[in-house]
Amino acid sequence: MPLSPAIAVERLVKIYKKVPAVDGISFAIAPGTITGLLGGNGAGKTTTIAMIMGLITPTSGRVTVLGAQMPDQRYRVLQRMNFESPYVEMPMRLTIRQNLTVFGMLYGVHDLPERIEELADVLDLSALLDRPTGKLSAGQKTRVSLAKALLNSPELLLLDEPTASLDPDTADWVRTRLERYCRDRRATILLASHNMNEVERLCERVIIMKQGRIEDDDTPARLLSRYGRRTLEEVFLDVARRRDEAREAVQ
Amino acid sequence: MSAYPDSAQAFSPRRVAAMMLRYWYLLRSSWPRLIELIYWPTVQMITWGFLQVYVMQNAGFFARAGGTLIGAVLLWDILFRGQIGFSVSFLEEMWARNIGNLMMSPLRPFEFVLALMAMSIVRLSIGVIPVTVLAFLFFGFNLYGLGLALVAFFLNLMLTSWAVGIFVSGLVLRNGLGAENLAWSIMFLFMPLTCVYYPVSTLPVWLQPAAWALPPTYVFEGMRALLIEHTFRADLMLDALALNVVFFAAGVFGFLTLLRAARRNGSLMQTGE
Repeated sequence: MPLSPAIAVERLVKIYKKVPAVDGISFAIAPGTITGLLGGNGAGKTTTIAMIMGLITPTSGRVTVLGAQMPDQRYRVLQRMNFESPYVEMPMRLTIRQNLTVFGMLYGVHDLPERIEELADVLDLSALLDRPTGKLSAGQKTRVSLAKALLNSPELLLLDEPTASLDPDTADWVRTRLERYCRDRRATILLASHNMNEVERLCERVIIMKQGRIEDDDTPARLLSRYGRRTLEEVFLDVARRRDEAREAVQ
Repeated sequence: MSAYPDSAQAFSPRRVAAMMLRYWYLLRSSWPRLIELIYWPTVQMITWGFLQVYVMQNAGFFARAGGTLIGAVLLWDILFRGQIGFSVSFLEEMWARNIGNLMMSPLRPFEFVLALMAMSIVRLSIGVIPVTVLAFLFFGFNLYGLGLALVAFFLNLMLTSWAVGIFVSGLVLRNGLGAENLAWSIMFLFMPLTCVYYPVSTLPVWLQPAAWALPPTYVFEGMRALLIEHTFRADLMLDALALNVVFFAAGVFGFLTLLRAARRNGSLMQTGE
């Protein structure tokens, strides 16, 4: 019997003041997989992720996460999921340890001091634990956000541009930790990004969005083969320009 | 390592404690925040205290009404600082861009509100208790001498301050930090109508029903009855309590409606201006 999907999105629509941000998308994500949500600015990735998290109510359509319908049944599953996004931050005046303590209590984490030490060790934050979060570098802050996202050992992790504003070395370091976490925990990750290398490396499936719609949806290998390209970046440019060329042809 | 099995429960005292701990860490880390809690109540009390000394020396009525001005100042501070204490804790989340983290966590809206209410009492205690001691030392006014009446005054004023704080927090959630000024100014809208420093009979007759529609009016009238006529007006306190139940329910309803609107409009992801 096939496992029920970790995330199921059906005919999802979000309209802001008559402008569709997400325009009737549907997809299902199998548990234990890493899926990339690829798209340029304004493609609808962040809005889609926010609807999956229950932070935004859809105009129409349906989102089911770990068997619960969002946003109405979100409290059934929020303790089993977590997220990281550049649109939210951790309180700056609190130290890393204080921030992780507060969020650990909110998520009902067992043996919290030990869990914080364990994550600090894995994410190379041990020496910084008692430093105010506001006094950290961008890379250190991203690692703290990641620690918060992993605090409750979530079955489902939603990541919105997890390596934005990081140097290539730190970004690579973060990707390695994410790969390891997904493998060890058998967690599901949905990753929104416009970093093609990141998606190509981490994801076994890629959903390409443009102007609120799904333009393509396949494994990286099959996308490369179908478009006859060597990198996902070239595929992405093909997809982006196809619509523009069609529009120009109509005009 | 894993989540507690009870973390999906409808109410968790641990989540409320987590939020209180978060605000306590913040207060502890910032001495300007602590100073600010005490500064304004002290300035208010000293200014009005000396004014009272002056009028008591020059007017027969006020000589009999000893303590009404300082009493009014201290009770007004409970009302105003109670609401500010609630609203500032909430605004800290907006300023820190942390509201998305909280809304995405298992924290329920009413647990969040409970934590904010508890923190408003903590902040109020830090600000007002030292000032009540100063009022005794400087002007011989003992607020605690009001006894059980003070409990009734305090309960009613706090309920009003929370009702207003909850509603304003909903407005800020829905409209972003552009609505922040409301948190600082809304209580001053109540000030002339709640008759903090003068009896309701001072107002024009047509305005008096509006004054009696506000719970704090009953508290300030009750305080004057106690200090001038030495009578505790339980009827006024019960009327205030009944009105407060309506105000509090309206505040919670407004907050939940505005939170739903914020989810519809995507405001929880964009908490700037």
